[in-house]
Amino acid sequence: MDLARHWRLKDQRYRLEGTVCAECGAKFFPPRQVCTECKSTNLKPHEFAGRGELYSFTTVSAPPSGHEEFVPYIVGMVKLDEGPLVEAQITDVNPADVKIGQRVEMVTRKLRAYGDDGVIVYGYKFRPIVNGS
Amino acid sequence: MQSVSVVGIGQTKVKEHWDRSLRELAVQAILGAMQDARVDHADALYVGNMLSGELTAQENLGALIADAVGLRGIEALKVEAACGSGGAALRAGYLAIASGEYDVVIVAGAEKLTESSNCYATASLAMAADADYEAIHGISFVALNALLMRRYMHEYDLVPEDFAAFSINAHANAAHNPYAMFPAPITLAQYQRARPVSEPISVMDSAPMGDGAAALVLMPTERLNGNRNRAVKIAASAVATDALALHARRDPLWFGAVELSAKKAYAQAGVTPQEIDLFEVHDAFSIMSVMSLEAAGLAERGRGAYLAREGEIGIQGRVPISTMGGLKARGHPVGATGVYQAVEVVQQLRGEAGKNQVPNAHIGMAQSLGGVAANAVTHIFVN
Repeated sequence: MDLARHWRLKDQRYRLEGTVCAECGAKFFPPRQVCTECKSTNLKPHEFAGRGELYSFTTVSAPPSGHEEFVPYIVGMVKLDEGPLVEAQITDVNPADVKIGQRVEMVTRKLRAYGDDGVIVYGYKFRPIVNGS
Repeated sequence: MQSVSVVGIGQTKVKEHWDRSLRELAVQAILGAMQDARVDHADALYVGNMLSGELTAQENLGALIADAVGLRGIEALKVEAACGSGGAALRAGYLAIASGEYDVVIVAGAEKLTESSNCYATASLAMAADADYEAIHGISFVALNALLMRRYMHEYDLVPEDFAAFSINAHANAAHNPYAMFPAPITLAQYQRARPVSEPISVMDSAPMGDGAAALVLMPTERLNGNRNRAVKIAASAVATDALALHARRDPLWFGAVELSAKKAYAQAGVTPQEIDLFEVHDAFSIMSVMSLEAAGLAERGRGAYLAREGEIGIQGRVPISTMGGLKARGHPVGATGVYQAVEVVQQLRGEAGKNQVPNAHIGMAQSLGGVAANAVTHIFVN
């Protein structure tokens, strides 16, 4: 059931915690141990605000096993306001209304379950930002 | 480093081989290659495979297949680099000869994808991506490529039909390849009517899952003594990597690993991209062909799709690709694919490609990609 694995990722899944390089300031999500820009190993935790715009998206109708319950679902790449790209599901939206460039924000949702007796994995998805919010 | 030549090739048809096991397919391809090379022994065997453990509960393929093919006792191991495993196995075999370690090496690729349900195979193929940050979100391997294709179309103002020529070319070539999974031509109308998988990717943009095996026998060029006139020399062997996850790349619309490995290969072989007579491209998806052509220096950035539309990728074109059907129509037994590509380049350079023969083919390139081009293995062959 990968219990330790999902527990280990809680800061990323629930708070979008990545890293910032203490030497050159480059920001990363997911977290990295070595800075890609300056090779420093001095990286500190950094929590992302969870807002950005949609870089690309598609619909999954032939799902990998374990994801059947959400079919069809939209997945996308989000360009966070701080710079990094993140891949996640796009939720709370009519597929016809999804567009490249639209503003989105992080929400916490069920990612998948491991059968009736297994762990339910929660984590980030992104939804369109409603006007004025 | 000593020069390396391919002296034998073998392959099985790619299809749903319900009646044959992974080891039987591998043995058939290897025996074919050994017969073609007129050798009855090898010093080592390298097997390219991605998913034998996950899909057939079988690892340790080196020992399994060496024994099954009658070579019990030799050095043998499996090489894994996702969908680029076949190319990576060739790289391992090349190094074993080039280094002077061995005199006869067999490189095989074998994969059995149709043993499991589609959902399970789809989940397994997604292991080529980042498990913690891509696959957990239900992003299938097709979806990763769809994310690139959508963005590419957005940036370069294209529509899906602009990619149709890749699929049409692959199927036209597969029609004359007895080993191809889908040996039938398709029309533009069929492309347009094709069922979407992950929009904008349809089934006609996607290589089919199949079972199959292919094999090569390698020897030092200087040991051939001029009596193997069908030998084809490996003029370059180069591997490069990119970030595994799409989100971690500086520019997701540029295949950095393809560029790096192609440049290394051109330098080794002493050729320019323009001198390549044919290119077995990793056309798992149309968008991969487009981006590979660009990163390998065969099309300008943003112009890869036009190369196909303008008829340049056909057998008679300026840059013939997927000359025996490619992944799209020969079929894509993932870890075996890179070896099929090498076998096909050798067929072309021997002048044994039949109706698909590229005229005056002297320099052929094969490129095997692992993941969404996270790993790129490029080989250049000359006759």
